Amino acid sequence: MFEALSLLSLQQYWWLIVSLLGALFVFLMFVQGGETLLFTIAKNEQEKSLLVNTLGRKWEFTFTTLVTFGGAFFASFPLFYSTSFGGAYWVWLAILISFVIQAVSYEFRKKPNNFLGAKTYEIFLFINGLLGPLLVGTAVGTFFNGAMFKLDDLNHVTWGTSFRGLEAVLTFHNLALGLAVLFLARILGLLYFMNSVDNKAIVERSQKALLLNTVPFLVFFLYFVIALLFKDGYAYNSETGVVSVESYKYLHNLLALPINTLLLLIGVLGVLWGIGTSILKGGNKGIWFAGGGTVLTVWALLILAAFNNTCFYPSIFDMQSSLNIVKASSSKFTLVAMSYVSLFVPFVLAYIWYAWKSMNSKPISTEELEQEHHTY
Amino acid sequence: MLEGIDVSLVDWSRAQFALTAMYHWVFVPLTLGLGILVAIMETLYVKTGNPEWKRITKFWMTLFGINFAIGVATGIILEFEFGTNWSNYSWFVGDIFGAPLAIEGILAFFMESTFIAIMFFGWNKVSKKFHLISTWLTAIGANLSALWILVANGWMQKPTGMVFNPETARMEMVSFWDVLFSPMAVHKFLHTTSSGFVLASIFVIGVSAWFILKGREITFARKSIVVGAIFGLLSIFYTILTGDSSARTIAHDQPMKFASFEGLYNGSEGAGLVALGFISQNKADPSNENLKDFSVKIEIPNILSYMAFLNWDAFVPGVNDLIRGNEKYGVMSAEDKIKRGKIAIEKLTAFKEAKKGGNKAAADSLKTEIMSKDFQNGYFKYFGYGYISDPHTLVPSVPLSFYSFHIMVVLGFYFILFFFFALFYTLKGKVHKKRKFLWIAIWTIPLAYIASQAGWIVAEVGRQPWVIQDLMPTMAAVTKISSGAVQVTFWLFAIIFTTLLIAELKIMLRQIKIGPKTEGGASHV
Ligand code: HDD
Ligand code: HEM
Ligand code: HEM
Repeated sequence: MFEALSLLSLQQYWWLIVSLLGALFVFLMFVQGGETLLFTIAKNEQEKSLLVNTLGRKWEFTFTTLVTFGGAFFASFPLFYSTSFGGAYWVWLAILISFVIQAVSYEFRKKPNNFLGAKTYEIFLFINGLLGPLLVGTAVGTFFNGAMFKLDDLNHVTWGTSFRGLEAVLTFHNLALGLAVLFLARILGLLYFMNSVDNKAIVERSQKALLLNTVPFLVFFLYFVIALLFKDGYAYNSETGVVSVESYKYLHNLLALPINTLLLLIGVLGVLWGIGTSILKGGNKGIWFAGGGTVLTVWALLILAAFNNTCFYPSIFDMQSSLNIVKASSSKFTLVAMSYVSLFVPFVLAYIWYAWKSMNSKPISTEELEQEHHTY
Repeated sequence: MLEGIDVSLVDWSRAQFALTAMYHWVFVPLTLGLGILVAIMETLYVKTGNPEWKRITKFWMTLFGINFAIGVATGIILEFEFGTNWSNYSWFVGDIFGAPLAIEGILAFFMESTFIAIMFFGWNKVSKKFHLISTWLTAIGANLSALWILVANGWMQKPTGMVFNPETARMEMVSFWDVLFSPMAVHKFLHTTSSGFVLASIFVIGVSAWFILKGREITFARKSIVVGAIFGLLSIFYTILTGDSSARTIAHDQPMKFASFEGLYNGSEGAGLVALGFISQNKADPSNENLKDFSVKIEIPNILSYMAFLNWDAFVPGVNDLIRGNEKYGVMSAEDKIKRGKIAIEKLTAFKEAKKGGNKAAADSLKTEIMSKDFQNGYFKYFGYGYISDPHTLVPSVPLSFYSFHIMVVLGFYFILFFFFALFYTLKGKVHKKRKFLWIAIWTIPLAYIASQAGWIVAEVGRQPWVIQDLMPTMAAVTKISSGAVQVTFWLFAIIFTTLLIAELKIMLRQIKIGPKTEGGASHV
C-alpha cells in the first residue's frame, strides 16, 4: 500500500512521524523539568525520595523516545543525521553526556556503597534537567536560524566554526527557544507532581511554583514566536532544488498550511489552559492539557519548519547546502519499508498506555514506597 | 579524495568507538542472559507457588536492574556516535543502516522499557500472570534489540541487498529481506545472544558459589546453580555451533579476517588448524611488519580446510595469497582490486563532473553504466580499494585477531566442562564440599567477560581497515573535525564510564553481600 505513494508523500509522512516523536520527547521532558525542581520543591529527604521515585518510573520513556527519535531520523533523513550530529559535535555530545549521567542516577542514588554519594547523583539529575531541555531547545532553534555547515559533492560535511554547534547559543532567537523549552519542562514537571504525588505539601508547593515558571516561559516563548513571524526563511525550488531567501517565510507557511496553524493554536491554548486552571484551581488534570498542548505545539512548529518548500536545516555558511526533506531523505525503497514498520506504532502506544494504566491506578505516597521492593 | 584526513583523527575516533562499544559490551551480555534467567526463575515460582523461588527471582532481578541502568547509559552514546564521529559513513550507508536502528527503537527498546517498569514496580499492582509475562517481555525485548543492531553490524561485514546510486553518492537498499536474513547477520545474532546467555549463567553460578563458600543461603544458591548450569550448558553448545558457522561465513565473505584469526600466512590445500602457537617477531617480509609467521605452533592437519569449506582438501587462502593474488586458485591480487576500485571512483567523479557541467546525456549514460550489474559486480564491488595506496594496509593485526580468537575458543570448550561439573556436583548434593570448584566458579566470571570481549575484537579488528567490507575504509568514514576535539571526548568518556563502572561494581558487590531479602517473599504473595 505504501508503494503507491509518491516519494514526496513518503518524505512528508516521515517528517510527520519524526516530528511527532520530537514533540512527544519535548512533552516527556517533564522528567527533566522535574529533575531541576528536586531541591526546590522537596523540603526534606523523604519528600525528595518521593519525587525521585515519581520521576524514576517515567525516565526510561523519555530516554527511549530520544533514542528512537535519533534512529528514526537516521533512517528517514540520513543526511540530517550525518550533517547535524557530525557537524554540531559539541552540542549533541553535551546533550548525550547529560543523558548518560542521568541513566544511572535513579538506580544508583540510594543504593548502599554507591561510590559517589546520593548528593552527586542528585546533581547529575539536576545537570541533565538543566542542559537537556536548554540545549535541545537551542538545537531545534537552528531549524529556523540555520547552522554553519557546507556539504561537498559526496555530501560530506565541513563546519564553519570550531565551536562546532556551540555558536548556536550566540543567536538569541535560538537561546530564547531553549529557555522556553526549559521553563516549559519545569512547568510540566510541576503539573506531573500535582498529578502523581499523594502528598499535600508537595502539591501545594508545586502549585505555587507554577506561576513563577510560567512568566519566563511566556516571555521567551512569545518572543520566539513573534520573531519567527518576521523572519526570513530559506525556500527551495521544487523543480531545481535551488535555495533562495524568502522574506516572512514562516508567516507565509502559517497562511499556506491552515490546518497546521490550527494545530498550533489549539496546542498553545491547551498549554495555557492546563497551566491556568492548575494555578487557579489546582487539581490533577493540568498535565493532560498542557502535555497534549505541548505535543501539538511542537509538532506544528516542526512541520512549519519543513513543509511548503522550506529548508528545515538552513545553512548560513553555504546557502545551497541547506537541507530540506527532499534532499535529505532516504531512498523510496527504504521509506516504504520503514512505513510498514511504522504500522506497529499504534500497537506500541497501546501497550504503553495499558501498562501505565495498570501501574498508575493511584498516586504515589511515602507509605507505598516503604512497602516497595524496588525503590530509587 | 581523502586529502586533509589526518591519521591521528582516524585513530582517536577509532579509539573512542572501541572504548564506548567495549564498555557497552561489558553490560549488554549480562542483560541479555540474566533477563532470561530471571524469567525462568519467575516461571518456576508461578508454576510451583514456592515463595523461595520468588526470593530468588527478586534477588537476581535487583542485580539485573543495576546492570541494566548502566547498559542503557553506555548505549545512547553508540546510537549517536555514528553521526557524531562517522558522519561520512552515516550518509554513505544511512539508507540501509538507519532502518535497523530505527526498528530497534520502535520494536525493542519500547518493549524493554515499558515492561521493565512492571517487572520492578508491579509486584503488588498487577496479577501474577501479567507480571510474569512482563518479565518475559523485558527479556525478549532486550534480545530483540540485539537482533536489530547485529543485523546492522552484520551488514557492515557483508553488505548485501543494496545498489550504489551515483546521483546521491550512497548505497541504497533494494531488498530488506536480504539485509535481515543475510547469513552473516543471522549467525552473528545467534552467536552473540547465546554467548550472552553463557556469560550470565556463569555469573549466576559464580555468585551462588560465593554464598556457599560463606555458608549462607545454601538452598537459594543450589537452586540458582541448577538453573544457571542447565541453561548455560544448553547455551554453550549453541554458542559453539553458531561460532563455527560464523567462521564458515567469514571464510567465504571475509577471507582476510579468516586468515588472520586462524594465523594462516600462506594458504594451502588441506590447510591445517593452528591449535596453539606463538607468532614470531621476525619479519618474514621486510616490507611489512604484519607479515610474520609462527615461531612455535601445534597444527592439526586438514582441519581448517574442512572447517572453512566442508572439504578436507579445499584450498584456504592465506594472508600472502590475498595480498599477492594466487592465479592457480583464482584469488585476485590486492593490486588488481585497487585498480578496479580506482576505476569505480573515476567513473563516479566523471559522472559528477558531467552533471555539474550540465552535460545531461553524458551523465545519464554514465549513470546507466555505473548502475549496471556488470559494473557493480566487476568494479563497484571493490570501490573501497580505490582509497588504498599501500596493499599492506589491507592486513589487520594478525596477532591480535589470532590470540583473541584462540582465547575465545579455548574458553568456550572450558565452559562446557565447567557447566557440566556445576550441574553434576549440585545434583549429587555435594557441591558445598567442593571448595576448590567453588573458588574456580568465582574466577570463571572474569573469564566469561574476557571471552566475550575477545569475540568482538575478532569481529572488529579482524575486518580492519574496512568499516564496510570492501566498500569503505575506516579512514574514509570519519567526521572531519579536529583530532583534539575527539581526544577531549575520548577522555571524557573514559573518565565518566570508568567512574560509573566503579560505582556499579561497588553497588553490585554490596547487593550481593546483602543477599536475598528475607522479608519480601512470603508476606507479599
Ligand atoms: C548483542 C547485543 C547488543 C549490541 C551488539 C549492542 N547493543 Fe545496545 N543494548 C543492548 C544490546 C546490544 C541491550 C541488551 O538491549 C541493552 C543493554 C542494556 C539495556 O538496557 O539494553 C542496550 C541498550 C542500548 C541503548 C539504550 C536503550 C534504551 O533506551 O533502553 C542504546 C541507545 C543502544 N543500546 C545502542 C546501541 C548501538 C548504537 C550499538 C552498536 C554500536 C549497540 N547498542 C550494540
Ligand atoms: C552494530 C554494532 C556495531 C557497529 C555498527 C560497529 C561499528 C564500528 C565502527 C564504525 C568502528 C570504528 C571504525 C573501525 O575502527 O572499524 C568500530 C570499531 C570497533 N568496534 Fe564495533 N561496532 C559495533 C558493535 C561493536 C560492539 C558491541 C563491540 C563490543 C565490544 C565492538 C567492538 C569494536 C572494537 C574493539 C573496535 C575497534 C577496532 C579497531 O579500531 O581496530 N563493536 N566498530
Ligand atoms: C568454540 C567456541 C567458539 C567459536 C568457534 C567461536 C567463533 C567465533 C567467530 C568466528 C567469531 C567472529 C564473528 C565475526 O567476525 O563476525 C566470534 C565472535 C564472537 N564470539 Fe565467539 N566463538 C566461540 C566461543 C565463544 C564464547 C565462549 C563466547 C563468550 C562467552 C563468544 C563470544 C563472542 C562474541 C561476543 C563475538 C562477537 C560477535 C560476533 O561477531 O558474532 N564466543 N566467535
